[in-house]
Amino acid sequence: MRFIFKTDYGQDLRLAKHGGHVLWYGVLVLLLVGAPWIVPEYWLAQLTFILIYSIVGLGLMVLAGFTGLFSIGHAAFVGVGAYTQAVLTNMGVPFPIALVAAGALSAAVGVVVGLPALRVKGIYLGIATLSVAFIVQEILARWESVTGGNAGIHVKQPDLFGWKLTTGNEFYFLCLFITVVATLAILNLMRSPTGRAFVAIRDSEISAQSMGIHLARYKTLSFAISATLAGIGGALYAHKLSFISPDQFDILQSIDLLLMVVVGGLGFVHGAFLGAIFLISMPQLINLSKGYLPEAVGQAPGLQSFVYGAVLIAFVLFEPLGLYGRWLKVRTYFELFPFYRKGLFKRQKSFQKSDRLK
Amino acid sequence: MRLRRFPLKGAQPAARQSRFRGCPRKGTFFGAAHMTDALLSARNLSVRFGGVLAVNNVSFDVKQGECFTLIGPNGAGKTTVFNLISRIYTPTTGEIDYEGKKLTDQPPHKIASLGIARTFQNIELFEHATVLHNLLIGRHTHHASSLWSEMLFTRKTRDAEIQARRKVEEVIDFLDLQHHRDSFVAGLPYGVRKVVELARALCTEPKLLLLDEPSSGLNVEETEDMAFWIQDIKHELGITVLMVEHDMTLVSKVSDRVLAMNQGEVLAMGTPREVQNDPGVIEAYLGSVDDVSSLRRDIDTSLRTGAGSRKTETAT
Repeated sequence: MRFIFKTDYGQDLRLAKHGGHVLWYGVLVLLLVGAPWIVPEYWLAQLTFILIYSIVGLGLMVLAGFTGLFSIGHAAFVGVGAYTQAVLTNMGVPFPIALVAAGALSAAVGVVVGLPALRVKGIYLGIATLSVAFIVQEILARWESVTGGNAGIHVKQPDLFGWKLTTGNEFYFLCLFITVVATLAILNLMRSPTGRAFVAIRDSEISAQSMGIHLARYKTLSFAISATLAGIGGALYAHKLSFISPDQFDILQSIDLLLMVVVGGLGFVHGAFLGAIFLISMPQLINLSKGYLPEAVGQAPGLQSFVYGAVLIAFVLFEPLGLYGRWLKVRTYFELFPFYRKGLFKRQKSFQKSDRLK
Repeated sequence: MRLRRFPLKGAQPAARQSRFRGCPRKGTFFGAAHMTDALLSARNLSVRFGGVLAVNNVSFDVKQGECFTLIGPNGAGKTTVFNLISRIYTPTTGEIDYEGKKLTDQPPHKIASLGIARTFQNIELFEHATVLHNLLIGRHTHHASSLWSEMLFTRKTRDAEIQARRKVEEVIDFLDLQHHRDSFVAGLPYGVRKVVELARALCTEPKLLLLDEPSSGLNVEETEDMAFWIQDIKHELGITVLMVEHDMTLVSKVSDRVLAMNQGEVLAMGTPREVQNDPGVIEAYLGSVDDVSSLRRDIDTSLRTGAGSRKTETAT
């Protein structure tokens, strides 16, 4: 068990709380930087997808995990980002400018979608975001002069002011860089007043308001930040696949994204990454295991959906805190050994809420 | 009995000075001239929810530096008055003046920055955050860094964070919350949550503190502590307190003036003793003498004759 002796308020503000953090996150960064020389090309591509999905997941985590607003239409923001990037890149706009534009346009759509969030909550907000996602998908399919319609659109290689990123390795480093920047920005945000305001809105709107938090402003801000990250993720996704079509940003994609943050662990930044690892590696694992399964099971068409559904149900029932919550429990078990008890992480029944005021 | 606490470093000097005099109310800060100043005055407040007139033509003044209590049976409209002041509801008629401003013109989130903080009857804390985190949210109105500097966590943001932490630590010392600083609210006992909520309200550095039933759900000892803290808040920090409370021992201990309400209307106003002896208040709480005697005669007759139901019907 580690006891940290605190002598300074600045210590509580540090991102790395103790030497262990510095060591392990240092090792992780080294491994990620060295990945192109360590893992084969196919797995490097999968790693790139994990990074892209992590960025999108980070955005959804801000919205669903920290602000408590659920969006069942997040693929729409990814789609807006991807199409903006595709159209601008094909027009010859350099990558950074196109990326900023993709993020900004997604943010704008996010603000529009966020407007109903000021009035409705829970499942009703879910339905509102879902319907916006349908509208966006329909626009992408019908606005053929720009988006190429259902036939899809090819995306050129990213162009950093004349330096074309043609190889998978270069693109991997680009994704890694953007992921690190986005993660640091979100971590910083969560330890400042804005992040705390998000958490306050999630836990009790009524008292957040009486603490002086402007609900409408912060909810809209949360949607904007979330959509920006989704848009940036979408832009990278477009480059990675180099071909996009409207059906890639449908409701199944939205559900995948939601599944990702729930399985990863709602309310933890780590959860977005663990969820992305789960989402990308699961189909691979299923494919690998197909050879060992009896043919009737292994070749069944709905195997992947079945496994996904089962996993989601299992997590909701047995581990609502997700993969990161499970990791916290395992860690605490070893830290406190042999004093860990089962109810340690059990959520207390919360006292009666004053929601009737609203 | 607890030891007398040290005053907050941020408190007004005059208020701190008063601690050394026998009775703080006689200090210069709360001098006779200031006592007449109304910090908050409600004029002819009425609220109607559909057919229910929850508050009916209520007027009162809360003077600078006093502890003003609203009492009344359940459903009297006390909490509704609180919700009017914190702008969760808008009055149907009437207005509230606060420091010469019309409170009814302010949006709900502006109330905290005007210096009005409140607690809730059913605790409304941020459950999945630590006590420290909860108290830091109380500092929200005092932060002034932009989104970009927060994302980059610039020196300005860092300094503001440390400054906020300092203020929070003062409140933690004031209310003895050191042991619970890093615990999650969801795991704390009810009594401690009540204190955390009070601490969070104090973190906003209010001029007027609204306490909605500060002693509900607390045991006798915790209620005594609460009374002690309310007195400290009033005397040492110089904060005006407006509270809703049922526990008359606590009310008579800490309040300067009491307003009794029943069914949305003002019954009586005055010192705790005056209000407690007011015939209207006694009637509201216990019922009138006639009510009780008629009830008694009824039961008597039914018992004596042994023919209960028929007799009762004729009697009523």
